[in-house]
Amino acid sequence: MITGTPKPIEEILQMLEPYDNIVLAGCFGCVTVCRVGGEKEVEVLASTLRLAREASGKKITIKEVCLERQCDPEYIETMRPYVEDYQAVLSIACGAGIQFLAEKFTTTPLLPGINTGFLGVTERQGEWAERCQGCGDCVLHLTGGICPVTRCAKSLFHGPCGGSAKGICEVDKSVPCGWQLIIDRLKALNQMDNYCKLKPYKGWNSSRDGGPRRIVREDMI
Amino acid sequence: MIMGCLEGNCHFVNGNFRARARVQRVHNILEKINIGAGRIRMFNLSAGEGAKFAAYANEFVDQIQELGPSPINVARKKEAKNVPTGEITA
Ligand code: SF4
Ligand code: SF4
Repeated sequence: MITGTPKPIEEILQMLEPYDNIVLAGCFGCVTVCRVGGEKEVEVLASTLRLAREASGKKITIKEVCLERQCDPEYIETMRPYVEDYQAVLSIACGAGIQFLAEKFTTTPLLPGINTGFLGVTERQGEWAERCQGCGDCVLHLTGGICPVTRCAKSLFHGPCGGSAKGICEVDKSVPCGWQLIIDRLKALNQMDNYCKLKPYKGWNSSRDGGPRRIVREDMI
Repeated sequence: MIMGCLEGNCHFVNGNFRARARVQRVHNILEKINIGAGRIRMFNLSAGEGAKFAAYANEFVDQIQELGPSPINVARKKEAKNVPTGEITA
């Protein structure tokens, strides 16, 4: 899922300063699962903003909504009948969802209520960790199911750097060395030969380095 | 005022610790939006401690009274005063 963290309330209040009539839009997708932008978070944030604004003597009207997904046009369209009645939309979906709203509602300012984080997993309730950077050319079959792009702090591709010590990464004592994890796992799977199958270099043109990416499925158009 | 069972005695193992963390979150929000963090507080006690409950309730009432009216009420009263009543005062 795509993860995120709430923006500090002071920052949101500052963004909302010019407005007194807004839509607060959540998303039932990823941000609901990582508890940053679902229906409940919409309710809590709306109440917080109303309290803060009323206490400062500048009341705000907030329409609370939660879309099935903000990254799909059919759900966004459900907002169209009323969005023009409001001065701005504060969205607590991921950056993709917020941008898609902005693209669809061209005359309404869109404001981000969260800081979008990474593609990750729920390690335990309340704790999420990064697992994939969407490099566009997956090598998990060669690396024991452990991503060198993400789990190695330097995204190295052919083994650990000199900073790996006793299985710990030099960037932070709480971070396991990604390459130690990969080698341990390959050994356990009896697949160390996979290590030699890694390409001499990784092409990053399928990643962000090739500019904004697009997937076109002719069979689905 | 939020009452939880004694720490270590929760029927749901860590429910009261989780509740405390959530109360702390609300506490932080109230502080950041200048409503006053002291307007929420969690106490832990067992179901048999009636006298303690009364003491905690009194303690919290004192705390709230000391804080004075909430900024929301102050703003609402101010707004009510500014609403024209239609009366002719001249
Ligand atoms: S808008 Fe973002 S958070 Fe919501 S479902 Fe789509 S990708 Fe996930
Ligand atoms: S190799 Fe690329 S696609 Fe595969 S998990 Fe890592 S970043 Fe994601």
